[in-house]
Amino acid sequence: MKDDIKLMKGNEAIAHAAIRYGADGYFGYPITPQSEVLETLEALMPWETTGMVVLQAESEVASINMVYGGAASGKAVMTSSSSPGVSLMQEGISYLAASELPALIVNVMRGGPGLGTIHPSQSDYFQATKGGGHGDYHLIVLAPSTVQEMADFVGLGFDLAFKYRTPAMILADGIVGQMMEKVVLPPQRPRRTDEEVRRQCPWAVNGREGGRKRNVVTSLELDSAMMEKNNERFQRTYREIEKNEVRYEAKYTEDADYLIVAFGSIARICLKAIEEARKEGIKIGLIRPITLWPFPYEAIREAARNVKGILCVEINAGQMIEDVRLAVSDSVPVTHFGRMGGIVPNPQEVLDSLRKDFINPNPQK
Amino acid sequence: MTDEIIIAGFGGQGVLSMGKILAYAALENDMEVTWMPSYGPEQRGGTANVTVILSDEAISSPVLDTYDTAVILNQQSLDKFESKVKPGGVLIYDPYGIHHAPTRTDIKVVPVEAMEATIETGQAKSYNMILLGALLKMRPDVPVEAVVRGLKKALPERHHHLIPANEAAIRKGMELVK
Repeated sequence: MKDDIKLMKGNEAIAHAAIRYGADGYFGYPITPQSEVLETLEALMPWETTGMVVLQAESEVASINMVYGGAASGKAVMTSSSSPGVSLMQEGISYLAASELPALIVNVMRGGPGLGTIHPSQSDYFQATKGGGHGDYHLIVLAPSTVQEMADFVGLGFDLAFKYRTPAMILADGIVGQMMEKVVLPPQRPRRTDEEVRRQCPWAVNGREGGRKRNVVTSLELDSAMMEKNNERFQRTYREIEKNEVRYEAKYTEDADYLIVAFGSIARICLKAIEEARKEGIKIGLIRPITLWPFPYEAIREAARNVKGILCVEINAGQMIEDVRLAVSDSVPVTHFGRMGGIVPNPQEVLDSLRKDFINPNPQK
Repeated sequence: MTDEIIIAGFGGQGVLSMGKILAYAALENDMEVTWMPSYGPEQRGGTANVTVILSDEAISSPVLDTYDTAVILNQQSLDKFESKVKPGGVLIYDPYGIHHAPTRTDIKVVPVEAMEATIETGQAKSYNMILLGALLKMRPDVPVEAVVRGLKKALPERHHHLIPANEAAIRKGMELVK
């Protein structure tokens, strides 16, 4: 068991987990703070062991379109990038969603907007959960807060993407991408055989066998009535996902007077603040959404029942707070604390913010 | 036991790798550990730092605002982190190139003449291991044997012949703490 425990960066864990999942291909372009994903894959040379293709494309636009091609043939393919690179991919991501193709996209977020900074941020929440590209679509969005989850969500992301025939995204950030901690990698699985791919993906374009009907993978439909039918089908899938796939973690919520909602690495920073506060008798609970879409509205509504206030902590100007407000309506005050541009809040700042908003709003001078 | 450590200095002084070796030693010692670097162009100069947390319990935040232990390798880092050491904590620093020595009296301040020792032995690359030795003397979080095992994991195989020299530097660092 001890030998199975490795010490590695979150980015490295993603690369190892992709090979071990039996992924067929990775297409990407380097950008800080996620370059170790591509770097580790190149170092591990999986094309010589599992046969997985690893390719450094000429750009992010090329990467996502290679993903589209691989996915259309039923292969388990992925890409990774950081914020500006993921912006470049949005057209391709919309096409993947519209063509009902499974794929895994990893965004290790950095501070924006624009080319921004290389340091950690969570300011792509809107982009990941509310579209990003054009049209009515959703991605399944998983937010890891540990290196272990970076590894685990590769397999989960692929499984969900294939189950629902929709792209999934791991929305990480520079902290969990760059930090090292312990991880137990999943066991090595063989890549699917061509026969298995055909059986799992009867819709894929990978050669007609036995005179079967021609498969067409496209996002284009000039007949609007048909396009509306397609949209209705997408929406039915999204309702299914909302019903089945909401994931979150709740800590210290049973007796909480206040609630913090935070996702990804900042949730850990909040947990430290909560543990410090509990030593002083301040009871704060934590809800950490794991799926950002579908969002755990019900769990937050439930946890908010007996609290005096909710603090949304994000490494951005306030994005997830809109979903938290949707969850609780006006039943309880909701405020936001965050830092921007690549600055990461520390536990003390989180606690000070909660105190200022809810416990001691008008300190006596 | 939890030790929240900041190691800070110039890029190229071995700040991140000192933290990495400590992290691998903790792994070898069956402890929980996080290693969070200030990543980016610091590797080519400028200040670099790394937060290493060693604990018997699960670790929540890898990002901290105060520390139990600081290992400081330059003036900029001393200016930045002296005030961030918790009362009763330990501040280890190399006086080489330091113009304003630490002034706090509520923490244990430990000067370690690591640069001087490095100049004496002529082994410039063992500089960070001398300071790691000083850290292990002040904070025996992990035994030196675990650090040596950690070195095997942290270093690529082609550098394993340097492990005895690294171990010697660690022991030298332990001796330098008065």
